[in-house]
Amino acid sequence: MSTAPNRLPSSPPDVTLDGVTRRSTLKWMALAWTGFAAATVAGLTATVRFLFPNVLFEPPTRFKAGEPSTYSLGVDERWKERFGVWIVRDTNSIYALVAVCVHLGCTPNWLQAQNKFKCPCHGSGYYVSGINFEGPAPRPLERAEISVSPEDGQIIVDKAMRYLYERGQWSDPKAFIKMA
Amino acid sequence: MGFRWRQFQQAVVSSQLWKSIFRVGIPNTNRKRVLAMLGNVVLHLHPVKTRKSGVKMRYTWCAGGITFFLFLVLTFTGLLLMFYYRPTVEYAFVDILDLREQVPFGIMREVHRWGAHAMVISVWIHMFRVFMTGSYKPPREFNWVIGVILLVLTLLLSFTGYLLPWDQLAIWAITVGSNMASATPLIGIQGPGTGLLKIGDIQLVTSTNDARFGLLGGRFVGAGALLRFYVLHCVGIPLVAAFLMAVHFWRVRKDGGISGPV
Repeated sequence: MSTAPNRLPSSPPDVTLDGVTRRSTLKWMALAWTGFAAATVAGLTATVRFLFPNVLFEPPTRFKAGEPSTYSLGVDERWKERFGVWIVRDTNSIYALVAVCVHLGCTPNWLQAQNKFKCPCHGSGYYVSGINFEGPAPRPLERAEISVSPEDGQIIVDKAMRYLYERGQWSDPKAFIKMA
Repeated sequence: MGFRWRQFQQAVVSSQLWKSIFRVGIPNTNRKRVLAMLGNVVLHLHPVKTRKSGVKMRYTWCAGGITFFLFLVLTFTGLLLMFYYRPTVEYAFVDILDLREQVPFGIMREVHRWGAHAMVISVWIHMFRVFMTGSYKPPREFNWVIGVILLVLTLLLSFTGYLLPWDQLAIWAITVGSNMASATPLIGIQGPGTGLLKIGDIQLVTSTNDARFGLLGGRFVGAGALLRFYVLHCVGIPLVAAFLMAVHFWRVRKDGGISGPV
């Protein structure tokens, strides 16, 4: 009674086979599966990340558009082909309209004779201001950030910053250049 | 003369070459027929036994068979087109014109195009037939799901192929189509919930890392999109579709063959 160690009868003996115990097997299995799972996650992450390049061979979103005085009243199309932007001068301001139809993303045309922007895909029409008035377009065209460079007096347009009419952002000082 | 011919025939049939190809001999018994079917990778794709109802055109319309046939036609003509077509902004459109105007039997391109339209139609007809005959019911419900995935893959093949001629219609159709990706919840720039994903004032999902960007490899349909769609159209989607077709046909067999009239 006093000599034998107190042991539960159901406790299993530490099974060994050539010195390999159940415990060490489980340890190694856990390590192996954890390693395998980590490698799988890393591989999948690398695969997804691979599809998103760091360098794009596309025109920059920010560009210099010459001096404000080079723009006469009306819609100027000189940057449309390369940067997808119209620069419009009205009586007291200059603003940059992004040439992407807000319906489904086609490029509208400026129709001088009819004094409107018209999308060839589904017929959305916009006034010179960019406000929609016909076709399926659900809201006005977007305006890009526009400013005058303090260094050389050129207009800087940044397409990455957008100003939306329906959010009241067209009155933001960065959405237009004030002209005397 | 007749004897020599018989001797020659005997020599051929008993040669190692012949016997290695035709292993079971002339299939003149049911057992030999079954063995011939099961021992050949091409023949085993077809069931050894077909029910009478399985070949009733008025019941099955053979729509699935026509779809598979069109897939084979498109694989073959598509492979031929790959010898001429280069998926770059500089060459894509002129290569299409070259196929149309100069390449002998450039009609392969038209076969590919019309075959593609036909496949989209036939796969819908197949789905309609399976629905109308109730062939989606257990035990075939698993195969219905495989079939729906194959339908989506067919449409994606059609969508990716549409960009490759690189004409105005293609570019704007894909512009419009891929804009849907930017409405994906959480990972599309205009999708619901995307605006909530930000650290401080910095948006995590932007126009250079959202779902549409991943699809196009750029912010608009350009050189990256053309190459991506080409690779998906010629390699990616066909491989997945071919694998799922194998599963689809295998399941048809395992679920009791082509469904027949009750």
